[in-house]
Amino acid sequence: MSESNIQTIKSSSSTMFDDIKSQNQFRQIIGKFMKHKLAVAGLIFTLFLLVIAVLVPFITPYSPTEVTGNFAAPPNSENWLGTDQLGRDILSRLIYATRISVIVGFGTVAVYVTFGTIIGLLSAYYGGWVDMMMMRITDMFMAFPFMVVILVVVSIVGPSLPSIIFVLALFSWPSIARLVRGSVLSIKQSDYIKAAVSLGYSTPRILFKHILPNATGPIIVNGTFGLAAAILTESGLSFLGMGVQPPTPTWGNMLTEAQSISVLSSQPWLWVPAGLMILLTVLAVNFVGDGLRDAFDPKQ
Amino acid sequence: MFTYILRRIFIFIPVLIGITIINFFIINLAPGSPIDMYLDPNATAESIEAEEEALGLNDPLYVQYFRWLGLILQGDLGYSMSSFEPVSQLIGERIMPTVTLGITSIVVALIIAIPMGVISAVKQNSKFDYFVTGFSFLGISIPNFFLGLALIYIFAVNLNLLPTGGMTTLGGDAGLWVRTLHIILPTIVLATAIAGRKVRYVRASMLDVLNQDYLRTARAKGVHEFWVTNKHALRNALIPIITIVGLEIPLLFGGAIITEQIFQWPGIGQLTLQSILSRDYPTIMAINLIAAVVVLFCNLLTDILYSIADPRIKYN
Amino acid sequence: MSTVQLKTQNMDQEPLLRINHLKTYYPIRKGLFSRTVNNVKAVDDISLDIYEGETLGLVGESGCGKSTIGRTILKLEKPTSGEIWFKGENITSYSNMQMLPIRTEMQMIFQDPFSSLNPWMRVKDILKEPIITHRIVKGPLEAEKEVDRLLDIVGIPSSYKFKYPHEFSGGQRQRIGIARALSLNPKLIICDEPVSALDVSVQAQILNLLKQLQKDLGLTYLFIAHGLGAVKYISTRIAVMYLGKVVEIGSKEQLFNNPKHPYTKGLLNAYPVPNPKMRNKKQKIIQGDIPSPANPPSGCRFHTRCPLAQEKCRQTEPILDGQSHSVACHFPLS
Repeated sequence: MSESNIQTIKSSSSTMFDDIKSQNQFRQIIGKFMKHKLAVAGLIFTLFLLVIAVLVPFITPYSPTEVTGNFAAPPNSENWLGTDQLGRDILSRLIYATRISVIVGFGTVAVYVTFGTIIGLLSAYYGGWVDMMMMRITDMFMAFPFMVVILVVVSIVGPSLPSIIFVLALFSWPSIARLVRGSVLSIKQSDYIKAAVSLGYSTPRILFKHILPNATGPIIVNGTFGLAAAILTESGLSFLGMGVQPPTPTWGNMLTEAQSISVLSSQPWLWVPAGLMILLTVLAVNFVGDGLRDAFDPKQ
Repeated sequence: MFTYILRRIFIFIPVLIGITIINFFIINLAPGSPIDMYLDPNATAESIEAEEEALGLNDPLYVQYFRWLGLILQGDLGYSMSSFEPVSQLIGERIMPTVTLGITSIVVALIIAIPMGVISAVKQNSKFDYFVTGFSFLGISIPNFFLGLALIYIFAVNLNLLPTGGMTTLGGDAGLWVRTLHIILPTIVLATAIAGRKVRYVRASMLDVLNQDYLRTARAKGVHEFWVTNKHALRNALIPIITIVGLEIPLLFGGAIITEQIFQWPGIGQLTLQSILSRDYPTIMAINLIAAVVVLFCNLLTDILYSIADPRIKYN
Repeated sequence: MSTVQLKTQNMDQEPLLRINHLKTYYPIRKGLFSRTVNNVKAVDDISLDIYEGETLGLVGESGCGKSTIGRTILKLEKPTSGEIWFKGENITSYSNMQMLPIRTEMQMIFQDPFSSLNPWMRVKDILKEPIITHRIVKGPLEAEKEVDRLLDIVGIPSSYKFKYPHEFSGGQRQRIGIARALSLNPKLIICDEPVSALDVSVQAQILNLLKQLQKDLGLTYLFIAHGLGAVKYISTRIAVMYLGKVVEIGSKEQLFNNPKHPYTKGLLNAYPVPNPKMRNKKQKIIQGDIPSPANPPSGCRFHTRCPLAQEKCRQTEPILDGQSHSVACHFPLS
């Protein structure tokens, strides 16, 4: 009786498996992302910039600080985008500045996403007064107007590549901490976390293996928009003279000179390319973020 | 609801105290002694010591913090280290231009963003919808200084239609027309960013409402589509939009620094940058603190307005 | 008949699980300082024994606290007061570390097969994780074999172990959930409405599987359900819950043939009779809604909906008499 019973259960169940196509969550998300044409274009552009950032010394025609010839020369066959007031090649500076933007962008995101995620996880998992304290601290950090406080702190600690990454991250983590806290609070209610507790898994294991992977979607989306914001903010700091300091070229400080009317009106090759690079990069990364948001959205 | 508002205020107080602590901590990150700037370079070590002792700079940090807090509470923001004027006076002179520019920009941004967002939601996936999406992405991605420079290049330098900067013509008349001409370009710069952020929000919020069951019921009852959109949907979609205007305030502060710098607009933003470049710490700290307090108040107000506008909000 | 023998035989021995005056309250906080103004009395002074090898059915409407009991036993909820004894050990105040060995002996099957499996893990990893964590077998190779064995037991071809949960149907997922519960070789499994989210046709398959597993592996079940259908099929004894209290407990035969509590009777009447000729049109089903567990009625909690309620029912609370067929009612049906 018992044998035959199990047999019938097995045979009836195995027929149900035939039409299942093997497709994991990861592939589904990639599939959805690929449908977003602008996001794919944005991703290609971003990857292109990454390659440039790595290959900088091999592809720049000149050193970014080398005086190559005429001062403020318009675009010509030797300097495709012309030269600046000091006779440096604009194209070379533009390419070199890509590296700075990439380092600042990814560096900031890596630091703040890691920190914010840990805070959000702990806050939501432990709840109670730990949560209360941590959320009040995020409130405090979020109250300072981003650009103002970043300018203030950078001016005090001194503008350098590491300090800019540190300061941008210092005031960027609260948004992701709140986001992670929100998703963890809802994930915590799900039965698979109750199952994990009743199976006796350790708290770190539950946090990092069961809760965190299920919160990755919003984290990646937030991190991507954060990347765009960090690049934009750094260019603003550089433009105001509070970013990475000259002679190191950054897209922002390449635009600083355009504050003089003569440069602005008669030498557009000095500032238009750098401005367009910032615009295109930020636009591309924002498109990627939008594509990821759609791809991770369970409703679609 | 009343307890909800009380509770929000209750949370607000420790956060406010926390902000003053962070602000004070940032001041003390600054290298060197604050009195270095005042002193005669030939001053002896003993006289510096005596001066520091007199100013209470050798007291423990927490004593200094409470003394500073006490002064702030009395409205004493200290003196600028570059112009030696009271900081409160400096800020008072600069506040109106910034507020004017800020309000103009928000109003213009909403006038653009709300109709655009609503139409693009109603005509989802139309050409106009794609145009709006493109506009929104450009708005949030374009660096405000690049947009500002480009606008000056086009409208002031090449077309010679608008002034390059300032609030009025120097020495000329300060009539409404002249002022209006001056405010156009900086408003466009700030409003582009705000509209870019809001347009997608309006669209999403409207789409959300349009898919609700009660609108389907309204349609099923034979209510004309025009009224479905305007009477039934719009009102519900706008509740979150109006209140999140409050969230623009911190971003507006940041945008003002660069915009005022480019257009030589004599507001708080320009003052901030000037004091940062001249390391005028008392002014920097006062602006930072005031900005944070304003943002905090706006958040509180937003929460309270939201709880009044949306009856569904939970009060616990 | 055999079940009654089994039960009497069991009752002489120590119960596998004993809960003693268990209370689980959820505080309701209000006001500026989040003072606790009241409690939702999800489980309010319940005592139950579960004996090895039996299936105790726990029945009641949604919101009566039956799921909370299951979760409190597994320490997923903190009990407010009372005791939980497992194999003669008082585990009520055990820490997570102390609970570890107990967890291998008590497992749970969840109601919603769609939210009870981690969507980011392959079936293989879902089953392997508990085996590795508790060192059920030696080495990864053995663990792999154990996964295959578990899948085989629940009737899922082991070639599907590389798939993700969302690639399976509800019934299949529930089988995986059962395999996970079995992975630690538990003695007691708490089945929290394991079939109520499934299609009717699949429900029978899962119930058969659970029954078969009980026979083959000597499992003990606490089977929680909101209707009597599944419970009748699988249980040896049944406890009926109303508003955080057990109102009647007895063997399946006693309860179905001779319900003593008006609420049990009402539940039985709500249970559809397959033969139309057997239906008794005069039988009434219970009217009205379940009152709030934050403010339960005074006296007998059922008096607001009871057709037979009298003054005494409003005043004093009836208690279970402790017999093998026990009822908490001042005027039990006969």
